[in-house]
Amino acid sequence: MGFGTALNEFLFGIYPYIALAVLLLGSLVRFDREPYTWKSDSSQLLRRHQMRLGSNLFHYGILVVVAGHFIGFLTPDWAIDWAISPAQHELMAMLAGGVAGLVAIVGMSILIHRRLGDPRIRNNSRKWDIAVVLLLWLQLALGLLTVPFSAMHMSGSMFEVLVTYVKGIVTFQGGVAALLLGTPIIYRVHIFVGFTIFLISPFTRMIHIWSGVGSLAYLFRPYQLVRTRRHTS
Amino acid sequence: MSHFLDRLSYFTRRREPFASGLGEVRQENRTWEEGYRLRWQHDKIVRSTHGVNCTGSCSWKIYVKGGVVTWETQQTDYPRTRPGMPNHEPRGCSRGASYSWYLYSANRLKYPMVRGRLVQAWRRARERLAPVEAWAAIMNDAGQAGGYKGMRGRGGFVRSSWEEVTEIIAAANIHTIKTYGPDRVVGFSPIPAMSMVSFASGGRYLSLIGGTMLSFYDWYCDLPPSSPQTWGEQTDVPESADWYNSAYLIAWGSNVPQTRTPDAHFFVEARYNGTKVVAITPDYSEVAKLSDLWLHPKQGTDSALAMAVGHVILREFFLDRQVPYFEDYCRRFTDLPMLVRLERQGEHWVAGRTLRASDLPDTNAGDNAEWKILAVDEATSAIVVPQGSIGYRWPKAGGGGQWNLEGRDGASRREVRLALSLIEKRDEVLPVAFPYFGNQPHERFTGNDQGGGVLVRNVPVRRVRLADGDAEVATVFDIMCAHYGLERGLGGAAAQSFADNVPYTPAWQEPITGVAADKAIALARGFAETAEKTRGRSMVIIGAGVNHWYHQDMTYRSIINFLMMCGTVGVSGGGFSHYVGQEKVRPQTGWAALTFALDWVRPPRHMAGTSFFYAHSDQWRYEKVGVEELLSPLADKRAYQGGMIDLNVRAERMGWLPSAPQLETNPLRLAAAAREAGVAVKDYVVEGLKSGRLRMASEDPDKPANFPRNLFLWRSNLFGSSGKGHEYFLRHFLGTKNGLQGKDLGEEGGQKPEEVVWRDPAPEGKLDLVVTLDFRMSTSCLYSDIVLPTATWYEKNDLNTTDMHPFIHPLSAAVDPVWESRSDWEIYKAIAECFSALAPGHLGIEQDVVLTPLQHDTPTELAQPLEVLDWKKGECDLIPGRTGPGISVVERDYPNTYRRYTALGPLMDTLGNGGKGISWNTAAEVHELGELNHLVVEEGATKGRPSIATDIDAAEVILSLAPETNGHVAAKAWEALSRITGREHRHLASAREDEKIRFYDIVAQPRKIITSPTWSGIESESVSYNASYTNVHELIPWRTLSGRQHFYQDHRWMRDFGEGFALYRPPVDTRTVAPLLGKRSNGAPEIVLNFITPHQKWGIHTTYTDNLIMLTLSRGGPIVWISETDAKAAGIADNDWIELFNLNGAITARAVVSQRVQAGMCLMYHAQEKIVNVPGSEVTGLRGGIHNSVTRTLLKPTHMVGGYAQLSYGLNYYGTVGANRDEFVIVRRMAKVDWMNEPERQAAE
Repeated sequence: MGFGTALNEFLFGIYPYIALAVLLLGSLVRFDREPYTWKSDSSQLLRRHQMRLGSNLFHYGILVVVAGHFIGFLTPDWAIDWAISPAQHELMAMLAGGVAGLVAIVGMSILIHRRLGDPRIRNNSRKWDIAVVLLLWLQLALGLLTVPFSAMHMSGSMFEVLVTYVKGIVTFQGGVAALLLGTPIIYRVHIFVGFTIFLISPFTRMIHIWSGVGSLAYLFRPYQLVRTRRHTS
Repeated sequence: MSHFLDRLSYFTRRREPFASGLGEVRQENRTWEEGYRLRWQHDKIVRSTHGVNCTGSCSWKIYVKGGVVTWETQQTDYPRTRPGMPNHEPRGCSRGASYSWYLYSANRLKYPMVRGRLVQAWRRARERLAPVEAWAAIMNDAGQAGGYKGMRGRGGFVRSSWEEVTEIIAAANIHTIKTYGPDRVVGFSPIPAMSMVSFASGGRYLSLIGGTMLSFYDWYCDLPPSSPQTWGEQTDVPESADWYNSAYLIAWGSNVPQTRTPDAHFFVEARYNGTKVVAITPDYSEVAKLSDLWLHPKQGTDSALAMAVGHVILREFFLDRQVPYFEDYCRRFTDLPMLVRLERQGEHWVAGRTLRASDLPDTNAGDNAEWKILAVDEATSAIVVPQGSIGYRWPKAGGGGQWNLEGRDGASRREVRLALSLIEKRDEVLPVAFPYFGNQPHERFTGNDQGGGVLVRNVPVRRVRLADGDAEVATVFDIMCAHYGLERGLGGAAAQSFADNVPYTPAWQEPITGVAADKAIALARGFAETAEKTRGRSMVIIGAGVNHWYHQDMTYRSIINFLMMCGTVGVSGGGFSHYVGQEKVRPQTGWAALTFALDWVRPPRHMAGTSFFYAHSDQWRYEKVGVEELLSPLADKRAYQGGMIDLNVRAERMGWLPSAPQLETNPLRLAAAAREAGVAVKDYVVEGLKSGRLRMASEDPDKPANFPRNLFLWRSNLFGSSGKGHEYFLRHFLGTKNGLQGKDLGEEGGQKPEEVVWRDPAPEGKLDLVVTLDFRMSTSCLYSDIVLPTATWYEKNDLNTTDMHPFIHPLSAAVDPVWESRSDWEIYKAIAECFSALAPGHLGIEQDVVLTPLQHDTPTELAQPLEVLDWKKGECDLIPGRTGPGISVVERDYPNTYRRYTALGPLMDTLGNGGKGISWNTAAEVHELGELNHLVVEEGATKGRPSIATDIDAAEVILSLAPETNGHVAAKAWEALSRITGREHRHLASAREDEKIRFYDIVAQPRKIITSPTWSGIESESVSYNASYTNVHELIPWRTLSGRQHFYQDHRWMRDFGEGFALYRPPVDTRTVAPLLGKRSNGAPEIVLNFITPHQKWGIHTTYTDNLIMLTLSRGGPIVWISETDAKAAGIADNDWIELFNLNGAITARAVVSQRVQAGMCLMYHAQEKIVNVPGSEVTGLRGGIHNSVTRTLLKPTHMVGGYAQLSYGLNYYGTVGANRDEFVIVRRMAKVDWMNEPERQAAE
């Protein structure tokens, strides 16, 4: 095993598990130890300017992109094979993801301009706040850059490789990292940055994503909860 | 901990659905709720209050959590009021609740700081020299001294240590005392009632070393001179609860809900009680919205309206119909029946001075006959000498017991009924001339021309035989009716009806004030009818809106006049309620002993703040208001040559006003010189002054020997909120960059003063050392040389009282002073300690010559009974304490300053204690204090004396010595007064005789003070505190010439300046706008507006606006309110940056365009700090100023009068006041807003 292969194994076979473990455990620890830091750290109070447009564009865009990734990569084959071919699947991913990604990156560009250009926001930003927006912008740019690459392989074969890899990671199948060896570097960077975002999430305002997901519980909750004084602990 | 794992109980959780599954009962971990509970939990609650100049004196709970003050809420444990009265609570406003922000804010002073250049020079000098020599070396090097002075206000502070700063301060004080004299060390601190011990700390240190304490109440223009003029009382007013007892309540220029927030509930509750409530303010203020009737006279013209009210009341309640209650009240309790001599002046007569017993050809009125006034007995028509006038107050040995208002003739002791009017018994009717100022032109105020400045009215007179021949006399009432223009069937000019345009009818005032005549009539009738039906329960709450004008005493007196006519003064629910800069130190006599070190050295050095700052910030060099324009057209102008400063110098020379520095010569050198010359010190000084060998320093204030040299500021923002003529202070007092636009009289070729030496160039930077104690970096701190971090109101132990309620409150330390801050008591103690250590070799036991003015409430108030005589002009001999200042020689033990500071001295045992003209033996209390505070055990000058080591010890001294907080002292004080009045008063205190209020008592719960003769109201379970209550109900005379309330001021200067009787005077023309109007155009239209500085909404009273919470609620920086009309004319939109400027300087601020404001005026809330969001000025090229940047101090000659009964000096009682509302400014939109964010290169040190 050469160094390249080993590095590839580490970055795409082991690193994802480190990142996911840190994400889960880190979030849990933070929720438990620092409950009052669990927030989105919105700077809207400091300045509304650019916030409404930038934040909305970014969030709607990113929600579609993230949902697209989950659906696209994790839907079992039997659930979609009967409906569309891999090529059609890929085309759909490129179109929907491309449009949503463009929306998100425009929004994020506005937010970055606001965060760095507005002295009041800049002075109230921690280093991580700036790092996070830059990292997200980078990831969006990388994601968008994959679109022309995908366009070169409209057969859907490249897409299938990626799907296999992601499912492999999620289902704990060793050796899937090797699948990526021949893929264009842009995909690999995109994947690496993606897991890095998972990795840093517990330490940043990204934590609020959990709350976004958690709030879905409200859809299934009874309207009124009565908590008895006697409790179990 | 969120107990996340505990919440993972999806499968085990018991669910009990209800309401068809819409709800669910759960049993689950609820520890997460602790987070919310902890948010409001705390370790302890400590009682404290806010030592702020609103003196709301509200008891607060200070919450401490983890050693940190977290927040504060109102205390709710005031003792209940009696049945039928609303409770005092809630006390405390939302602004007070924001105070805890200061403790840990970025603005908090944390370490002692020194100006960089100064400390560099000091450290260099200290390498080779001892401290005092080091300071001398810096002072003697003009380059070094000028270097740091020019940096004042421009940054460059560096952190120092307590050891270093106390050494610099002590060395500077010693050098100054040795070289120039102790009176060159000056202290300024306002409103002792805010925090008495803190005030006392600096006062005690300065009094021990012979420094000068400046007055503040007059300088702030919060003193209403009309109060001492009328009542001989600084200001005594009802507690706010008494508003509830009123039946007709006028808020006149007082914005009660905004500036008296904790008291405003009584105002509102009074309405539920059926009280009619009227607001009189030029703007639609918060009080206007609470009232049944809102009148808005043009700002500054209120006296015209008040005169019309007086006219209507005299017409309808005295002449057309007589109200027995009013007549009886005026007869017994006012000077209306007193006889005034008429003086012939050409074709007519003028009102002269009141008749005295000494004028009678044969009098048996006893001693002080020149001070006993006369009236006519209605039954016998004979002239009598009624008891109670001031001549009875100071009997020679063996006399006494006749100073009361029993209504007896002093000679026969027979009961008499004094005649108000002699119209029925007149010998003839004479034409008497009165001054009239309503026709004086003013560019921006409408007058009412009556064809000249003299009005002739017919007065009924009696002809009497006096020692110097026949004379015409009339009662004050008869002369006053003529002055008010009332028709009495005597012929001549007078108003036939209210609709006549004759002074002072309702129709006459209409063009001046803009208030419709029928509204003025309705106001008068409502007020007087209510007073008639309720026997005086009509009240006027009056405030700074009226008092800050140059002719404030005219407005006040014209209002007080109708209060007295209606018998409201001294009646619960009635009278005069002046709430401006509340100064009521309830335990005053205990506090004064501690503060002025009366236990060690007497007398202390005091100075009138306004006269001091006027002279030493050289504002007199720019004087534009001439004496002649203030004089009555009936006065002899030759007697008043020169300018304002000349009159002030004469007043100081004649002993009317104090002076400081006092003599050009160091007062520590005089005793030795006298010994050398072989004469008594007093004779040496008198002879020196007469020969010209010794000179009053005030005659040459710009001579370096006469500069004040060291200045201590504490509890004050002198250069910020209180420095009228801010830019003059910067140039001359401090010697730094300033925005002054005007030229002085020398440059302009104006009329220079006569008595004062004119020096060119004018001095800049008179002060060598400015030391400020504060807890925040205020504007004053920026201009100081040394800034000392003091404890906040939640970090020290102190006392606090107010006019507004009868309770005494503690400030107590919720936490220790943070960082390196210390309480004021500890700071001055440290300075005193260092001073004592450095003194030997420079200062030992020294003889100091102290000059004192003729003081109110002392026998010297009987100094100059008949005419004004100036010894320097040869009109009389210089007799200390009679025709000139008193001269005392006191011994100062400089090396023992620290020991004396921390122990109660022996003069309390030997001379006793007292105040307001009475004194008592207080040895028992001194003994008790020794037991309570322990005795000093260290060997030395103070061994065996009661210790005053801590701030709580100091508080106990105040509480033990004062009658208000020690029942035994109260009983003694009332007995002392009984010996003078001949009446029994002890019953007022006997119910609480055994009560002693100690510091920890008031920490436990607010305590009501005990009734004391220091004040004119009583604490009782049947009435609320109301001023003059004991005068009316105990028949104790007012401390005035007649012993009664004065409508008429007969002092020569009062008459010559046209103010014998109250009348309307238009604002003075300060002449600061015309030379600049249109000359410095920035392209934007310019308008001229009257500059008004009311109290603010978004700040802790008039002091603390740099508070982030308040700034956030407002607009985050300086704002000026203007009317929509004016804004339109000047093209100003709301929130635009605007500039206000005149010859005095410039201000930059944002515009608040509002319907609230009347056209022609602008409002800038008082005390917006220069340190918060102030951009550069286009006019001065410097950072925009503060509200005082466009003002300059103006003196009023009538406030200089002294040595004359109630018109005698007292610290914060009488003296020149710093009026500032007559000022106009040019207002325009700014073309460019420059934040001047580049650091000043020079400042980088």
